[in-house]
Amino acid sequence: MWIGIGVLAVIALFFLSQYNNFVVLRNRIQNAWAQINVELKRRYDLIPNLVEAVKGYMKFEKELLENVTKARADAMNAKGPAEAGVAENNLTASLRSVFAVVENYPELKADENVLKLQEELTTTENKIAFSRQFYNDIVMRYNQAIQIFPGNIIAMIFGFKKEEYFQVDLETVKDAPKVNLGL
Amino acid sequence: MVYDEIARNRTKSFWLIVLFSIFVIWACYYIGIASGIGGGPGIFLGFFISLIMSLLSYYSGSSLLLTSVGAREADPNQYPELVHVVEEMKLSSGLPMPKVYVIPDPSPNAFATGRDPDHAVLAVNEGLLNLLNREELQGVIAHEMSHIKNRDILYATVVAVLLGMLILLSRFFTRFSLFGGGRRRSDDNGGGGWLFLVGIALAILAPILGQLIQMAISRQREYLADASGALISRNPIGLANALRKIANVQIPSNTTNGAVAPLYFMKPINVRTLFSTHPPIEERISRLEQMGYVKG
Repeated sequence: MWIGIGVLAVIALFFLSQYNNFVVLRNRIQNAWAQINVELKRRYDLIPNLVEAVKGYMKFEKELLENVTKARADAMNAKGPAEAGVAENNLTASLRSVFAVVENYPELKADENVLKLQEELTTTENKIAFSRQFYNDIVMRYNQAIQIFPGNIIAMIFGFKKEEYFQVDLETVKDAPKVNLGL
Repeated sequence: MVYDEIARNRTKSFWLIVLFSIFVIWACYYIGIASGIGGGPGIFLGFFISLIMSLLSYYSGSSLLLTSVGAREADPNQYPELVHVVEEMKLSSGLPMPKVYVIPDPSPNAFATGRDPDHAVLAVNEGLLNLLNREELQGVIAHEMSHIKNRDILYATVVAVLLGMLILLSRFFTRFSLFGGGRRRSDDNGGGGWLFLVGIALAILAPILGQLIQMAISRQREYLADASGALISRNPIGLANALRKIANVQIPSNTTNGAVAPLYFMKPINVRTLFSTHPPIEERISRLEQMGYVKG
């Protein structure tokens, strides 16, 4: 009888550790998703500062700056992941074209405030990309854990569902204006 | 897997501290007998010394090493790009944010230290910031972040601190015995010799610890950190370009020392180490470029 109890205890402990592991991974996924939004918000906050800083110099490129402001508004108001993906890509592209034009203005390239904003926006763009990368890494680990035997049994009992990857729609990437400027 | 690496590094650090303590107690026992205070008090003293040294190397190892090379905490306003790149690699690796230090040294190099990811420190020479562009710096930081992830930093730090202390003690004892011993000999008291012997014993032990460093920072470990660094940055070519640039400049370091040297990203060119601690650069570059071609 003691052997039976021992076996049950081992199985129960295994269930417990698997269950906890799934919960930890699921929380990390939520945290990673929140981190992406933190960086997106940071970018929205930085853009008006950039527009303000370069406005005085770039009198002839008004349209460019209006595009950025519009792209920012579109991205902030986007509904659903698909629409947001397109809007975010447009915003990145329009920002790149602004920095492309900055290269033509020696006064702008020497402006410390603009340089600082450029560095801030560069790192924010990178952080958005890297936090998406980490989000996908952690989703893969979670999905793998709940699909592999015997974890899949425990996942089924407690209702752990597969999480979606962050994906960039390749069609919209192709449509985005091609500006290559070592941002 | 990374988890095996973590466990291995913890076990190795634990046994190193145990071995080191046994050696210190044993040495103090003989010093006690030779100096006339007796073996028992010697053992007691040795236990006390080894306890302090172990605790120091575990809890303050990173700050001792950072102080020894004159590193200062990086001001985000003064080094925005460095701090940003570390933040980027932190997000990508999922590790906590390490402290960022800058060393006033023109030689392009970097190292990571600390007992675990929550107490990790990334120290970068000013020369590295001047030489590399953003992408290459990212490669180097990603490499160091994977040392943090694998807990290579724990073992490497403990070894470096113990080695540093042995170097200091052996210098102290050999010098002390040369000056103090001479006077005693004139008093016709032969007891000065034991200090010299301790110095010699420590001088012999230091290279053995050097061997342990080689195990700590073995070639396989560097290749592993290159590969997992490339996984963190998703850009092996950045690190390959950084390695090539650093190999081409050959600027000697003016802050490093024998104890810290093996921790660096690249072996400091002007520090003599008894054993080769770093793999050949050409091999590292070619492995990284192969990863890049697979991706491209």
